Amino acid sequence: MSRELDAQKGESLVIRGEQSPFSCPLDRRSFLKCALASGAALGVCEFAQPLVAIPSWAGPQKQDDSRFTVEAKFYQKLPNNKKIKCKLCPRECTVGDRERGYCGVRENRGGTYYTLVHSRVCAAHIDPIEKKPLFHYLPGTLAFSLATAGCNVNCKFCQNWDISQVRPEQVPADYAPPKLVAELAKQRDCPTIAYTYSEPVIFSEYLMDAADAGHEAGIRSVVVSNGYMQEEALKTAYGKMDAVKIDLKAFTESYYKDVVVGELKPVLDSLVTLRKMNKWTEIVYLVVPAMNDSDAEFRGLARWVKTNLGVDVPIHFTQFHPEYLLKNLPITPVPTLERAKAIADAEGLHYVYIGNVPGHPAQNTYCPKCRRMLVERVGFTASQMLIRKGSCPFCGQPIPGVWHA
Amino acid sequence: MSAIRSADRRDFLKKCLTGAVVLGASGKMGLLAAAEQQQQQQGAVLAKSRVVIARDAMLRGVGTTVDSRRMLSLLDRAMQALFDRDNPMETWTKLVRPGETVGLKVNVLGGRGLSSNLQLIEAICERLQEAGIKANDIVVWDRGTDELEHVGFHVSTGGNRVQCFGTDRVDYEQELAMHGSVGSRLSKILTQRCNVLINVPVLKDHDGAGVTIALKNMYGVIHNPNKYHPNGCNPYIADLNMLPEIRTKMRLTICDATTACFEGGPGYKPEYSWKNNALMVSQDPVALDYTGWQIIERKRAEKGLKTLEGDSRAPHYIATAADAQHRLGTNDPRSIAVVEV
Repeated sequence: MSRELDAQKGESLVIRGEQSPFSCPLDRRSFLKCALASGAALGVCEFAQPLVAIPSWAGPQKQDDSRFTVEAKFYQKLPNNKKIKCKLCPRECTVGDRERGYCGVRENRGGTYYTLVHSRVCAAHIDPIEKKPLFHYLPGTLAFSLATAGCNVNCKFCQNWDISQVRPEQVPADYAPPKLVAELAKQRDCPTIAYTYSEPVIFSEYLMDAADAGHEAGIRSVVVSNGYMQEEALKTAYGKMDAVKIDLKAFTESYYKDVVVGELKPVLDSLVTLRKMNKWTEIVYLVVPAMNDSDAEFRGLARWVKTNLGVDVPIHFTQFHPEYLLKNLPITPVPTLERAKAIADAEGLHYVYIGNVPGHPAQNTYCPKCRRMLVERVGFTASQMLIRKGSCPFCGQPIPGVWHA
Repeated sequence: MSAIRSADRRDFLKKCLTGAVVLGASGKMGLLAAAEQQQQQQGAVLAKSRVVIARDAMLRGVGTTVDSRRMLSLLDRAMQALFDRDNPMETWTKLVRPGETVGLKVNVLGGRGLSSNLQLIEAICERLQEAGIKANDIVVWDRGTDELEHVGFHVSTGGNRVQCFGTDRVDYEQELAMHGSVGSRLSKILTQRCNVLINVPVLKDHDGAGVTIALKNMYGVIHNPNKYHPNGCNPYIADLNMLPEIRTKMRLTICDATTACFEGGPGYKPEYSWKNNALMVSQDPVALDYTGWQIIERKRAEKGLKTLEGDSRAPHYIATAADAQHRLGTNDPRSIAVVEV
């Protein structure tokens, strides 16, 4: 059975991941303490797997499906055979009765489409906001981070495939209704709830309700997403977010088709829509050796961002590590990441970062005008934060972002 | 000096090539398949993949429930026709050996009305036990235990009875099994509980793949079938069936065509189903799927529906399964012997 995350009960939890040195049964207080400690440790080794808090779970067992089942918001009923068409992501799955969409977490039951993952949290953790990564959003703060099972693409390099590429009943889960999430975030001094790890597109209904509950409690919300979403759903769901990080996985349709099992154009459209919505947005580009690391792609990406989003949108070129279906490739050489940054810098982008390389100077934020360092980062920790009232303290240049709560 | 004279060598090579062609075309698997191939080479009797369609118009008598006795008889007829044997037990003793563990991969996703027939499963289990397989070495399984119970199976996980439960009781392997476009965790029932697989699908229309019969029933073996429905499940179905854990264990397909579905599948819709009162049996899953597809097309034509091609959902995965990269069987009607009994 699933269990309820309850701030009052102090249930026994386990940090998931057998390989993790932090694996241990914990009461809730210890869990959070451990989570914080692990966050600090992750700062030293930032590409470590995210730790995931889940209830004690001896193996596959039945979960109470009904408490997580809520009618989906974005779909259309079709006239024949009780079929529906999902309107959440560009895939637009046509789903027959008793079947699920590509994401595996939405099911047609008698012509009505349901999400099976509302409040069904399979991963919860307290992370530095820098781990998302969001570098221009409340640096040095913590994010109460959570995920449900499922994803609407199937990236061959997925680091969290054991939760993103499964059905909800295949992973243990806690019952975490929106108000409880907001309450827990507040109790643990997290100014933000982050929807992350798997793919929040597929738990949009839950994300929206949790964001509302959070805002009522004074807690903000951010989402870490692939941006592969229909415009109306994006506006409705991510309209409730205070910041967005989009994984732009490549700049070619062929890569999206072959490696991501998705499409590039809708993601670019989402970025433009977010820009029009004035959502604070940062972009991550995972550089996979020999697959999306050409000069032409880096240049094309940088020019597109400059033209469509502006020079102030932060871009993070991050290092790939072999995982899931792409175990035959090496990690991305640091010079490749530096080449990507050099190209983007040369195209005029102001905030180009290198990620997953601990200690690299391109993790820091520099003033684009006077070139002085404004935010120093060690791993996921913002060790020095000099920006004052949104501006460089040395030359007065405005530095875009959400710098203060 | 060579022990084989040049003329003999030529004959020998000729026979070997013939055998290779037959093997490539039929895609048969398992011990019996090998024995059958040897027989074919020696006697040049059977060069085609055999698909047996056994019918019994009185399978349900005057009621709606399948008669157990008639089902056993129907199964025997089908097996005897498939293996050219007079005695039904001879087919089963050649198919399995005492000590082996046998998984019956049923299909219960269609719910009541369109799932692997209980009387058919009972009949198969009866014959397997008579062939020397212990009751508790037989596992009747699909993805979910609840779904099995819902259609009437009695869940059993211990004792000296036939075992029956879903993968949810034992989980999937942690490691991914990969071939081509597919990377999936396999059911531990397949990997750990059985060394022989008998596929017991249902003859059904499928809104994405066109039809779902033998090959697609393997979607119930993996943790992430939802990822493999784009593009009419092509090439995913073929790639999935290439996984060694499936291919090496699969010995036979017994397709339940007692109630079949020609539209609106894979879920059960009475208006699109018909009492076909038949079984389809083959060791070539591609030939069986091709033959089943033609049956569904004939029923669609009879009902005035478009062809699956006309409905933009022809089951192209069947051709992929037969292509040079897969060779899981044949989809060439000239290489398929359909035997109706």
